[in-house]
Amino acid sequence: MGFWITQSLNSLALGGLLFILSAGFSLIFGLMRIANLSHGAYFMLGAYVGLTLLQRGVNFWLAALAAGAAIAILGGLVERIVLRQLAGRTLSQVLATLGIAFIIADACLWIWSGDPIPLTGPASLRGAVPVLGTHFPLYRLGVIGIAAVIALALWLLVEKTRIGAMIRAGVDDLDMARAVGIPVKALFTAVFCLGSALAGLGGVIAGPILSVYPGLDADMLPLALVVVILGGVGSLGGAVLGSIVIGFIYTFGNALLPDLAYVILFLPMVIVLVARPRGLFGRIAT
Amino acid sequence: MRYAPSIAALAALLALPFALGNDYYVNLASQVLIAAIFAMSLNLLVGYGGMTSLGHAAYLGVGAYATAWLTLRLGLGPLGAGAAALAITTLMAGFYGVLALRASGLGFLMITLALGQILWGLAYRWVGVTGGDNGLSGLARPAPLGIDITGARPFYFFALAVFAVAFALVALFVRSPFGASLQGARDQPRRMRALGYNVWMIRWITFVLAGFWGAVAGVLYVYYNNFISPHALSLTQSAEVLLMVIAGGAATLTGPVVGAALVVVMKNVVSAYVERWTLLLGVVFVLIVMFLPDGLVPGVQRLYARWRTRP
Repeated sequence: MGFWITQSLNSLALGGLLFILSAGFSLIFGLMRIANLSHGAYFMLGAYVGLTLLQRGVNFWLAALAAGAAIAILGGLVERIVLRQLAGRTLSQVLATLGIAFIIADACLWIWSGDPIPLTGPASLRGAVPVLGTHFPLYRLGVIGIAAVIALALWLLVEKTRIGAMIRAGVDDLDMARAVGIPVKALFTAVFCLGSALAGLGGVIAGPILSVYPGLDADMLPLALVVVILGGVGSLGGAVLGSIVIGFIYTFGNALLPDLAYVILFLPMVIVLVARPRGLFGRIAT
Repeated sequence: MRYAPSIAALAALLALPFALGNDYYVNLASQVLIAAIFAMSLNLLVGYGGMTSLGHAAYLGVGAYATAWLTLRLGLGPLGAGAAALAITTLMAGFYGVLALRASGLGFLMITLALGQILWGLAYRWVGVTGGDNGLSGLARPAPLGIDITGARPFYFFALAVFAVAFALVALFVRSPFGASLQGARDQPRRMRALGYNVWMIRWITFVLAGFWGAVAGVLYVYYNNFISPHALSLTQSAEVLLMVIAGGAATLTGPVVGAALVVVMKNVVSAYVERWTLLLGVVFVLIVMFLPDGLVPGVQRLYARWRTRP
């Protein structure tokens, strides 16, 4: 019994991390029609920036926010300098983000060398707490809570604010949004910054659980892709559902069939592709 | 006269190892030929089919792994192992094609990427079969028709023979009526459908064919290195081959070959001095995409045409 409870909570914690990562990916994809292939690299770079700040004695939460801000600035620069030059050429934009992912990954390897380094979690969330007759690390519960708060905040932003209405309009019909006077270019930059910030923040939050190592980017990017293919592009609800499903499958797969965990992970994607190619909650076909 | 450039190029390639002298350069030329076959196979999808795949390493990797595994674990001869590896990889391409062609454009790109990562993960984790991070080693080069190709030069000629056949068949394919319908399906899928073509089937057949030629490159790859590791299936590998196609010029016959030569030579030269190949790959990728989107071969052709029609 303890095994199932612990692994279920682990699944939710991983699902929370995946949501923080893929929500931004999904929003960017939905609005700009770009699969941002540097999203995994932003996640890893965020974790490394957080690591450096933590080593300098910065408070964990402050480090996470600072890393998020740093990656947001980087994302904004990439959007302005590279992606905007290629406006209208979606494929070129995607390939450019892939090139940027390689640059970031190799630069990280250069600066922080090759060993996996665990981040130290915040002191306030150290230790384990009793949950339903078993013990569970407090930090992982905290991650579930943080992910829930971020999901709620994003939902409020997208559904209840004027900017959110613009984003939804852009996701549904970009040309019409432009025609009715929505400042689409500024919106692109804002959403790209937001998505990058979430990725960087997510990297730091994931640090105490996953550690940070070269290749973290390549491990996380496919997970974000699968979550988005599963849940549907540009849909927050889809990102929530996809993240939880993938969190459970990955965690239980690793516990029960470690050799094949990575393959089992992609099975739901295959099923969804065959049955409903636009994803469970998708509004636009990919 | 139509074949004069091809014959001249073939003669030059036959003479190349004698001009290069040193085994290091001959081996580099062999690497270029293998990469060129690999890039030509992807070009069928990316260039002529308009389907940008970021998981093409799957076919090279599976072809190579299957050859090594069948030889080392089942004790098959080189001919049997090679043929079986090609068959297995082609079958897999058939299955992957059904999944990937559920989408087009970016959806296709994401699905091929995800499918490619499955195989990469499998190669890493399924240690009992793939040897995990250590890969499979201990393969010996075969002796096709009783000719020993252990040396650098004999292997080069072997790779050249395969390359020449692949190039000729790909050229025939592209210029065939089927190749024309593939390009029609790329440019005007709706019109092609209205004309009664089965666009999905045209794309699927091309997908399988690209997988087959990828596997051919994979078999050559594993016999060149006598070793295979998960790196062959990595996203870096898929990105490298896509760069070859785009840098050389997608939807041209010679573009992928030029791109392959460029990338392989650049990689070897850079790796000899610094360890930062991935960084440079990223920079070149961004620069090519931004400033030379249609590739070197069409770019040079445009310059040449302008020079010929100069006032």
